[in-house]
Amino acid sequence: MSSRDQILGRVRRALADVPEDKKNHAYDRAVPRDYLREHGDRSTEQTTGLLAENLADYRAHVHRCTAEELPALLARLLAARGARTVLAPPGLPPHWLKAADTNRIADRAASTPHELDEVDSVVTGCAVAVAETGTIVLDGGPDQGRRRITLVPDHHICVVRVPDQVVSSVPQALERLDPARPLTWISGPSATSDIELDRVEGVHGPRTLEVVLVSGV
Amino acid sequence: MSGTFVGMPAFPEAAREAVRNTTLRANLRHATHTIRDKRARAVAELDDWASLREAGKQIKDHTLRNLEHYLLQLEESVTAAGGTVHWAGDADEANRIVTDLVKATGESEVVKVKSMATQEIGLNEALEAEGIHAYETDLAELIVQLGKDRPSHILVPAIHRNRGEIRDIFEKEMGSWGRPAPEGLTDTPAELAEAARLHLREKFLRAKVGISGANFMVAETGTLVVVESEGNGRMCLTLPETLISVVGIEKIVPTWRDLEVFLQTLPRSSTAERMNPYTSTWTGTAREDGPSTFHLVLLDNGRTDTLADEVGRQALRCIRCSACLNVCPVYERAGGHAYGSVYPGPIGAILSPQLRGTQSEIDASLPYASSLCGACYEVCPVAIDIPEVLVHLRERVVQGGEVTRHGTKVTLRPAKGHAAERAAMRAAGWAFGRPAALRTGQRLASGTRRIHPRTLPGPGRAWSATRDLPKVPAEPFRDWWRRTNGGQTEKGGKK
Ligand code: SF4
Repeated sequence: MSSRDQILGRVRRALADVPEDKKNHAYDRAVPRDYLREHGDRSTEQTTGLLAENLADYRAHVHRCTAEELPALLARLLAARGARTVLAPPGLPPHWLKAADTNRIADRAASTPHELDEVDSVVTGCAVAVAETGTIVLDGGPDQGRRRITLVPDHHICVVRVPDQVVSSVPQALERLDPARPLTWISGPSATSDIELDRVEGVHGPRTLEVVLVSGV
Repeated sequence: MSGTFVGMPAFPEAAREAVRNTTLRANLRHATHTIRDKRARAVAELDDWASLREAGKQIKDHTLRNLEHYLLQLEESVTAAGGTVHWAGDADEANRIVTDLVKATGESEVVKVKSMATQEIGLNEALEAEGIHAYETDLAELIVQLGKDRPSHILVPAIHRNRGEIRDIFEKEMGSWGRPAPEGLTDTPAELAEAARLHLREKFLRAKVGISGANFMVAETGTLVVVESEGNGRMCLTLPETLISVVGIEKIVPTWRDLEVFLQTLPRSSTAERMNPYTSTWTGTAREDGPSTFHLVLLDNGRTDTLADEVGRQALRCIRCSACLNVCPVYERAGGHAYGSVYPGPIGAILSPQLRGTQSEIDASLPYASSLCGACYEVCPVAIDIPEVLVHLRERVVQGGEVTRHGTKVTLRPAKGHAAERAAMRAAGWAFGRPAALRTGQRLASGTRRIHPRTLPGPGRAWSATRDLPKVPAEPFRDWWRRTNGGQTEKGGKK
């Protein structure tokens, strides 16, 4: 007998005490969903404000600007960082980086992790941002690129289009996301509390996370 | 080395030794109290916490009741998404499957993200025996691995080490595993983290095989979820060409939507954050993004035996948040190592004896590593009634009875006069001889307790006969204990 059949057989026998009607009663009825879809009652502007607040609470640097101001802001952030090379996914609107005085590198499948390690900064968009938790979610869309590009470089600038890409809560975010795509949920820069529970920012992911909330895109 | 606990002394001896170690105790106390208070604040932010907890419990119970259905659905969806599913009945089989998969890649080293399942089966040792080196990449796991130590907490496995000890371990050991610690390393956490970043980075960048566990598997979509903080998980899940995930069969949830419950309750219960820094989800393989080969090893290793126990099966709801460890007065005193298993604290006290049976002295004594104060139940985000299971398992140890082992029903003989009972009695004596250990526990709002044992079974009967245990539900045991000075001043009670 294969291990598969053996395990499935054991599962069946283990549940011999459960009456059939208890077993198969519909999933929908089995789980009470009386929890909230979102917490609190906020205007769109307040939701964006909460996102900014929670992002900052987890040590992301938050900036706000209009669509017109975006290229100048990105250029300024990259310059302040001293970035000479910036990686941009293929679908990033080209004018976002038009003011930046950096060498733009394309996201190529063939780039090795070692090559990515040489890149100073990465600029991406996002799929959705969650206000209640201060989270941005990347889904590998054209303006976000492969997961590795937002992982290996030490500086990540993520542009969130507000208010369209902002939701209040985790349940609302999941509704918008496609599970077939690889997702990365990011809440502040990487951190550890493994040493005497002191929070230290930046172990393996980008140690600096900047989030730009851009309106009017 | 992590994962091997052969020859562990039973809980009472191990605990007694731990209590004497003052560094360990001070570290643990500081750590558990800090997390516990932060957790309470994070939970209080959500006014629907009780509903989320109930939904989490029901999702897991529903899944367990229909486990065969969901396992088959998961297998189908993972396969359709480009993954390969393997089934492992026990630890040896899982280790063999993983070893063969690694060998087939021709690689002799792998990077690992912290996973309780792979610790449970002793995967690192099994790989090492075949000449494959497994690098742990969690900061805490790295500390544990370099220190040739064992983890002592689910979430902060090196909680028993302070910064000075960590610095010494890094200085002494990093060089023989790869990039040495920087010259003049101090003991500030930021510098220690930087040393770990540099040490591990070269391993991530050249790794061809990654090994992980998973917090959740979605049957409907075939999606796996890993919740983490440091980014080492992302490294292991996306940089290698081959990814192998070893996951217990109880980690399934039916639908994508179910994650809306657990992605709210898990981070707040474990790290006391609104959300942990990184959560990765993946479904099979993605084109030109991440590993091109994905293997899922579904692990039984005693889980179906646990499922066969009508009272004990609720332990399979556990999402490994470690909230129960942080509120447990016995854990705070004894430390994680005393539990003799990768699953320490209250959850370990009910999970290990079920996964492994109660034949060994340590496993027979584990159900006694508790004062039944109920704090663990109060904080558990999936409402596992740990005290109820503990009482049930004590009964099993002392009175014997029918259990399932390796898929077969066997009848255990009562442990009378048996080493197990002696161990159990000593464990009980240990916990109850230290009222301070019980009193230090935080007083939590008393929820509904479902267990109302009239007498405790077995060795417990000796206490309950004179110490008025039926009052437990009305008044938490800990409070009763304090009020009556350990039962000595209770009216009608005898010492
Ligand atoms: S038993 Fe409950 S509280 Fe303890 S680790 Fe598991 S889920 Fe968390």
